[in-house]
Amino acid sequence: MTTTSPTKTVPDLVPAPLPASADKRGSRFKLGAGQHLKGGPFTYAALIVVGLGSVFPLYWTLVAASHDQQRVLDNPPPFLPGGRLWSNLQAAWEQAHLGKAIVNSFIVAGCITAATLFFCTLAGYAFAKMRFRGRGALMTAVIATLTIPPQLSVVPLFMMMADIGWGGKLESVIFPTLVGAFGVFFMRQYLLEALPYELIEAAKVDGATNIRIVWNVVLPAARPAMMVLGMLTFVQAWNDFFWPFLALNQENPTLQVALGQLSASYTPDQSIVMAGALISTLPLLLVFVVFGKQIVGGIMAGAVKG
Amino acid sequence: MATTTPTRGAHTPPPGGSGVTSNEPSAWRTRLWRFDDKASPYAYIAPFFLIFGAFGLYPLLYTGWIAMHRVEMTGLDQSEWVGWDNFAKILQDSEFWTAVTNTFVIGVISTVPQLLVALGLAHLLNYKLRASTFWRTVILTPYATSVATAALVFALVFRADGGLLNWVLHFVGIGNTDWGNGEWTSKIAISVIVIWRWTGYNALIYLAAMQAVPTDLYEAASIDGATRWQQFRKVTIPSLRPTILFTIVISTIGSMQLFGEPLLLQGGTIGAVGGSEHQYETLSIYLFNYGWKLGHLGPAAAVAWAMLVLLLLIALINWIVGRFMRKSAA
Repeated sequence: MTTTSPTKTVPDLVPAPLPASADKRGSRFKLGAGQHLKGGPFTYAALIVVGLGSVFPLYWTLVAASHDQQRVLDNPPPFLPGGRLWSNLQAAWEQAHLGKAIVNSFIVAGCITAATLFFCTLAGYAFAKMRFRGRGALMTAVIATLTIPPQLSVVPLFMMMADIGWGGKLESVIFPTLVGAFGVFFMRQYLLEALPYELIEAAKVDGATNIRIVWNVVLPAARPAMMVLGMLTFVQAWNDFFWPFLALNQENPTLQVALGQLSASYTPDQSIVMAGALISTLPLLLVFVVFGKQIVGGIMAGAVKG
Repeated sequence: MATTTPTRGAHTPPPGGSGVTSNEPSAWRTRLWRFDDKASPYAYIAPFFLIFGAFGLYPLLYTGWIAMHRVEMTGLDQSEWVGWDNFAKILQDSEFWTAVTNTFVIGVISTVPQLLVALGLAHLLNYKLRASTFWRTVILTPYATSVATAALVFALVFRADGGLLNWVLHFVGIGNTDWGNGEWTSKIAISVIVIWRWTGYNALIYLAAMQAVPTDLYEAASIDGATRWQQFRKVTIPSLRPTILFTIVISTIGSMQLFGEPLLLQGGTIGAVGGSEHQYETLSIYLFNYGWKLGHLGPAAAVAWAMLVLLLLIALINWIVGRFMRKSAA
């Protein structure tokens, strides 16, 4: 009955890959099974309800950030933006070191994204196209690391970071996430199909070394997937909370850490907290508005919550 | 994948040997190439294993060592062997068991509805729609929101006085709920945050799997007279089985880690202990509280190991359920 089956090397953990087809790379949104059926009014009504539910909390963040605290906690609460957005943004900016936090967030997410792209493409290429002893077992090991929550290692990690002088520094947040299992898996899945063996062999016949092949053949072929992986990684790194919250301090936070401290440290002004939340979310919402289609396609192409 | 890759050595020696002198560097180059071929794959995957070894595996084992010692936040370089005392301490702490129960309950009431809704949503999105990309992007917007932002917005929504939800509910006469302080209502509030953030994401994973189901199966089913609902149950769900199992595993692991949601639901010192009665204290909060608020890292490490045991238990259950599902399918 079931025709889809997980890949041979990685049993069960991995969603069934899309069937190999020539048109897949060109458009991720080809007509799939069941799509011969048209959506009726009920479909659209349900989607509108879910869509409003998805977007409303974000809209309300904006509303709450543009009133004073009194009005935010009023009964009934406000549903339209007020006139205090700018002054709240300024207050949040000053109270929570948000200027420094924004810079920190960009450094952390930028470094992690760049390193992830480089290392994951290399590893993904090796797992997809190179033959070596222990490949299957090693790939399974990579996937297995996805199942280890960070909670299991934060205590020693905190001590290690203090030991090597990275306590409270951005390095302590950047280095543990330089390369991730999801990225390796994602690049492997893509390169399996997108990079024909003929291309690699032709380069070999021409006498290219392996690292040259990576530079001249693999990286150009991997570029579309790297775009998507880059955005997914950036979102992940930007939004990370648990380990940064433990590792960084009040003087040197990322945006999420600053936001957590703003709301947790003293009796907070809710409208200012919401202004901070807005500042921390806006860059990503912008990325989503511009690249939404690619991100959706990327998640559908083999996403793993990591 | 079965095609044999030609070794470069086969191409390099010039046909018709001219002498020893020209053959010598060629043999050397061949060996160099062989080495390049053999070593390169390992060099390419090495960064992953080095980073994971240093910041993942080693700390994981180190956690076991710390769990057997007395280590305080005030003096990180001093440790004293205490054996199983830390484990005894947390296992005898009723708060630990509250945290285990809470983590489990919140995990169930957030994962089950989330995946069911995601399945239904994916089914809707799989219809031929106008502006299908728009709908997909809209339901994914919560994914762009951080835990901190989501938790803080929903903290306002779930407020007892002047909360958005209570205001809406007062129209049906139940608008006086103190969401954050109730035993169940606080857990529901946290689940709502989780469900809001991850349903769209899971729906897209299901949608991808649905689109991989061959159309012939549906055509055959409809020729046999199956209704849409029967097609969904008899064709779609069985085809999605590996994906469903996968999302269950990932969501379960995710729910074990809940930290930002309970920490920020009511904020301040209340959040750090998971509510005035620990009613929504999760294992991560308990670990944070022991290690970072009280400063006792030994018991905190013991909590981490308890989480590992729980995780293995869950993996075992998943494996048994998976086996059972496969058997019943055959």
